[in-house]
Amino acid sequence: MNNILQLVWLIPVLPLLGFLINGLGRKQLTKSLSGIIGSGVILISFVLSVVVFLQIGSNHNETIHLFDFIKLNAFKITFDFKIDQLSALFLLIITGVGFLIHVYSTAYMHDEDGKDFAKYFAYLNLFVFSMLLLVMGGNYLIMFIGWEGVGLCSYLLIGYWFRNTDYTNAAKKAFIMNRIGDLGFLLALFWLIAVVGTVQYDELFTAANLAKLSAFDVTGITLLLFVGATGKSAQIPLFTWLPDAMAGPTPVSALIHAATMVTAGIYMIARSNVLFSMAHQTQVVITIVGLATALLAASIAIKQNDIKKVLAYSTVSQLGFMFLALGTGNYVAAVFHVLTHAFFKALMFLGSGSVIHAMGGEQDIRKMGGLHKHMKITSFTFLIGCIAIAGIPGFSGFFSKDEILAGAFAHNPYIYALALFAALLTAFYMFRLYIITFTGSFRGTHEQEHHLHESPKAMTIPLIVLAILSIIGGYIGVPESLGGSHHLGKYLAGVIKAEAHHLDHTTEYMLMGLSTGLVLLSIIYAWMRFKNYKIEGESKGLGKVLENKWYVDELYQMAIVNPLKSTSAFFNKIIENKIIDGAVNGVGKLVNYGGRQLRWIQSGQVGAYVLLMVIGMLLLFFIQLFL
Amino acid sequence: MDIKSYIALALTLFTIGIIGVLVRRNAIIIFMCVELMLNAVNLLLVAFSKMHALSTAAKASVNYASDAQIFVFFIMVVAAAEVSVGLAIIVMMYRNVHTVDVNFLNRLKN
Repeated sequence: MNNILQLVWLIPVLPLLGFLINGLGRKQLTKSLSGIIGSGVILISFVLSVVVFLQIGSNHNETIHLFDFIKLNAFKITFDFKIDQLSALFLLIITGVGFLIHVYSTAYMHDEDGKDFAKYFAYLNLFVFSMLLLVMGGNYLIMFIGWEGVGLCSYLLIGYWFRNTDYTNAAKKAFIMNRIGDLGFLLALFWLIAVVGTVQYDELFTAANLAKLSAFDVTGITLLLFVGATGKSAQIPLFTWLPDAMAGPTPVSALIHAATMVTAGIYMIARSNVLFSMAHQTQVVITIVGLATALLAASIAIKQNDIKKVLAYSTVSQLGFMFLALGTGNYVAAVFHVLTHAFFKALMFLGSGSVIHAMGGEQDIRKMGGLHKHMKITSFTFLIGCIAIAGIPGFSGFFSKDEILAGAFAHNPYIYALALFAALLTAFYMFRLYIITFTGSFRGTHEQEHHLHESPKAMTIPLIVLAILSIIGGYIGVPESLGGSHHLGKYLAGVIKAEAHHLDHTTEYMLMGLSTGLVLLSIIYAWMRFKNYKIEGESKGLGKVLENKWYVDELYQMAIVNPLKSTSAFFNKIIENKIIDGAVNGVGKLVNYGGRQLRWIQSGQVGAYVLLMVIGMLLLFFIQLFL
Repeated sequence: MDIKSYIALALTLFTIGIIGVLVRRNAIIIFMCVELMLNAVNLLLVAFSKMHALSTAAKASVNYASDAQIFVFFIMVVAAAEVSVGLAIIVMMYRNVHTVDVNFLNRLKN
């Protein structure tokens, strides 16, 4: 039994191998070969993950020690992989959804040059490798390595079309935002090392070591960890990079938004649930930030006209829900939502990629419409994704979102009301997107209409698989009130000490009925409002604010970027030019000036030299005799 | 004789030499003045050597008392060699520029 788990290092190493082969051989490999290598390694990883998943069962966990990473006297950080229920579940999501996205990419990126194509797959594999490292790491440092790797890969992939300045700017933005968060994570690590002396999960989460932490330590560490999570998982105030990350190729967006990267923050907090449960102030902060992000992003999504932007803000909003669940101590629900969200968000991103592919690169939904006639599979699977995210009973999103909402209700009814409102907005903007894009009549040019076609099989098959998963994915967590037994909660019980919320079944039925009814109403409203969609003029008032994303980017520009720029300009002008350059040039000038003055001594008259010599000698005599 | 007389004579000769070098422009005169200074120092060396040899401290090790006397001969030999080189330079200078005025040789200036 242990033998197979000893080989668990193959899971991340295979994508790394794929990265190396594709990256180094990008000029030699043909497109189909690099596609096969890129997808193949992930497939093998997926198979291994399934094996690991089966091996680990629901009551087993294992720390696989590979080698010592850092050794300083008593302090030691080892390179370990921690395989338990939580990481096994994430392994499945990452490699499974990741594999589908790789397959999809082979078709989507087909127009790229062979060299760029291989480069793309190399980055994609590196991305998966970093994410696997993040999830499998047996201590926070290994997680941090993966954490940084994911940030790097997102930079590389968002800026994949690096010849476009806007895209590279978006990539830089993502990287810098992530770095801000990373700093928080790093400080939390130092704090942990300083107080407890270990970052190993197994050692850290023991009663003896946890007792070393004062209440202040716990609050500080968890808050810093949360800062890290806001960067990676795009929460207020560091969420603005995620919508801009749409600059990358669509499958990359799917990978970032669904399977990897943004779930890292959720994973990290779920992994440290012991710490977070000890820090109630932090939980309050997380709840507020999660809720605010969910509402803010959902309100922005209503008014966006770029198909990918809508989905991006939807991701931010859904991540807000997950953080709300984490903040209310409902870790299982958060992980559950990560799982279902991975399915339907990957589905919708890949679906939007299929639409963009058919439209020849057009992303503006105002120029689409009536696409259902032309691309039935995409349309149908996209609809399933919308239903799933909206939370119609029977689909995966319903179960996970309802669990979050129920947890929120148990915590505080006001939080529940706001979260429910955000959920209604979700249903509204998703169906707005669907109705405008796929129903009605086509609003683009004739050329585009002629070009419309269903995407190739490599793109539609992942869509179908994800659509099926979006439907059935929720049944692993059917709550007890609906006659299920919440397999997921039981499965994760070993890792996550659930703070069970106790609601009687009648209340739960009421909440479900309420949310379902309101969601249906908002869908119907969306249908009424957008079935005869015509391109609207500039909106006014609140609509304009929403269209401009609450002016958050402008606010950051004004409050942070511009002051920084003017400070830099000041330092450049005064400190750099005047003081530093002044000192350096001053020394040069002084020597130059002194030399020019002393030159007159060098008269060329032998007599003058001799006179100077004599004067010098007399001076020496004088010094010697009288001083 | 008192050592002070020797010192006074040597100092006078040396000063004459310095003043000669400073005020005259004829290369040969300057050269002669340089020689004067050299020999003033030589004279002083001999005088001091003699004084040293007569002192009580040196009586114990008489062997070394008159070393400087011999040393001065060496200096005179080297000075003679140097004079020949110096005069040769002055001759060459005269052949080139038809003057022995040192102020004429200021091409290194600037």
